[in-house]
Amino acid sequence: MKGYKIIVLAKQVPDTRNVGKDAMKADGTVNRAALPAIFNPEDLNALEQALRIKDNFPGTTITVLTMGPGRAAEIIREGLFRGADDGILLTDRAFAGSDTLATSYAIAQTLKKYGNYDIIIAGRQAIDGDTAQVGPQVAEKLGIPQITYAEEIQAINKGMVTVKRRLERGVEVVKCPMPLVVTVNSSAPDCRARNAKLIMKYKHAKTISEMQVSNEDYLHLYNDRPYLNIKEWTVQDIEVDMNELGLTGSPTKVKKVENVVLQSKGAKVITSSDEDMDQLMRELIENHTIG
Amino acid sequence: MNSVFVYIEIEAGQVAEVSMELLTKGRALATELKCKLEAIAIGFKLDGIEKDIFPYGVDVLHIADDKRLAPYTTLPHTSIVVKLFQEEKPQIALMGASSVGRDLGPRVSSALHSGLTADCTSLVIGDHEDKKLNKEYTDLLYQIRPAFGGNIIATIINPDCRPQMATVREGVMKKEILDPKYKGTINKLDVSKYTSDVDFVVEMIERHMEKSKVNIKGAGIIVAGGYGVGSKENFNLLFELAEVLGGEVGASRAAVDSGYVDHERQIGQTGTTVRPKLYIACGISGQIQHRAGMEESAQIIAINTDPEAPINSIADYVITGDVAEILPKMIKYYKANTK
Repeated sequence: MKGYKIIVLAKQVPDTRNVGKDAMKADGTVNRAALPAIFNPEDLNALEQALRIKDNFPGTTITVLTMGPGRAAEIIREGLFRGADDGILLTDRAFAGSDTLATSYAIAQTLKKYGNYDIIIAGRQAIDGDTAQVGPQVAEKLGIPQITYAEEIQAINKGMVTVKRRLERGVEVVKCPMPLVVTVNSSAPDCRARNAKLIMKYKHAKTISEMQVSNEDYLHLYNDRPYLNIKEWTVQDIEVDMNELGLTGSPTKVKKVENVVLQSKGAKVITSSDEDMDQLMRELIENHTIG
Repeated sequence: MNSVFVYIEIEAGQVAEVSMELLTKGRALATELKCKLEAIAIGFKLDGIEKDIFPYGVDVLHIADDKRLAPYTTLPHTSIVVKLFQEEKPQIALMGASSVGRDLGPRVSSALHSGLTADCTSLVIGDHEDKKLNKEYTDLLYQIRPAFGGNIIATIINPDCRPQMATVREGVMKKEILDPKYKGTINKLDVSKYTSDVDFVVEMIERHMEKSKVNIKGAGIIVAGGYGVGSKENFNLLFELAEVLGGEVGASRAAVDSGYVDHERQIGQTGTTVRPKLYIACGISGQIQHRAGMEESAQIIAINTDPEAPINSIADYVITGDVAEILPKMIKYYKANTK
């Protein structure tokens, strides 16, 4: 069996879920240093779906594609440690300030250049923006169908992929021809852990930029073991209209950003009176804790 | 003046709640902009659906009615909306931030190269000055939404591309009928002109209602109960509050051991560790084992009859009193202060 060509779209994100009391500075701004950069959680669910296809269809290859700064190569290594076969880091200053549409344009152009895919799997949304837009926008730009809110890729048979979707009030099972984009929910199974053998194999996997700053003694490694080379692509490697990238290519602009100021520490003691309860709910709504 | 458009979501032949809320908002925006409010309903057997739509002040209702258009699938709905928007050139288009709207919206925005802002909590008309380009814009749609895990509130605009698209979650906007006798016109679309056969490649095999699994780890708001809640029945109040706030119900080990709720909701050293934006601890004394699983929550409200309960030492708000009295008041005043 020849297997399938799978691309996993992944993003490195600040861990906004684990916003503890130290994540906000005294002035109410986000303390980015206190937020570690992680593999976007639903992208890990996506990777697991890809790995299951690889388990069932020997010969399947998984390529992790991410767009971001140089350090985003970390999540490609993370993908390799868990069973992906290779990765592409798409990185260029020209991408800075991209909204979802400019991002999906860059990713779609990369996929057109790379070609050779049967299934593109991504997390439903990234936790830093929660928009859930890039997956469908990429699908549209490639002119292929999409299955969003996927919980399980159940079967692949005769060029058709069967997917179970988890919606607000129920589930749907749909069948869709390849190639397609699937975006995966957090309700899908967690990603398997890193594999010790794969960590040994890929721990020196690096992009060209990372190699340039690393110890020269290792450079022979990358000639002997080509799988340690993580592809690093810039706008030079894909065909793009520069006007479609970055801030210029983004129809949405951020007009204003307000930091949500969290309450100062030290408990407020309140009673169960109507006035106090009314006041409490008002406060929680006003500081966007709820509502 | 170009219109404001609302995409009508149809659920089991009925207009979805979120669509009625968006029609209400759409009407207000259209009135302020002195333009028409239009709606697009796509589905099957939609005869008479206008009776549920015109009263919100809809001037034109576009209907695409075909057996193959229900239940919702991405491609044919996208084709219809994209083609209609190319013809009608709306200035604003609103959709529900549901699994339908969040599937359709980005696809449409990608095809039209128009900006889309997801999960807006507020939509306001305002002006904008681009100092770099020395350009002034009037009557833009300010799309206001939380971002960065709710730690910032961003105002997004689409100065140059149309339509300005936004999705809004159910329950965020108020639903209000403008005039039960409001008269709009119907425009029936010829579905064959708006779709092609390739739009129907996705086949629906099965569709049924099914409860989701409990996901307390991913919840932004957790209403947790302890032994002090007193009974399984009283726990229903926690479920009610969690539902209203869009959160999940958690529990201490003592509450789980007492059989008030299932083990999958247990928070603490032997359960799940959580760090939500808001943790409401009801009748939980706050033993160290429980605190280990939740003390990193961004905000903590402790409700307890014992003013000396250990949980109070890590709480941001301490309410001394009875859970059965306090939770209904929280629900009441939450509802009174939203919308």
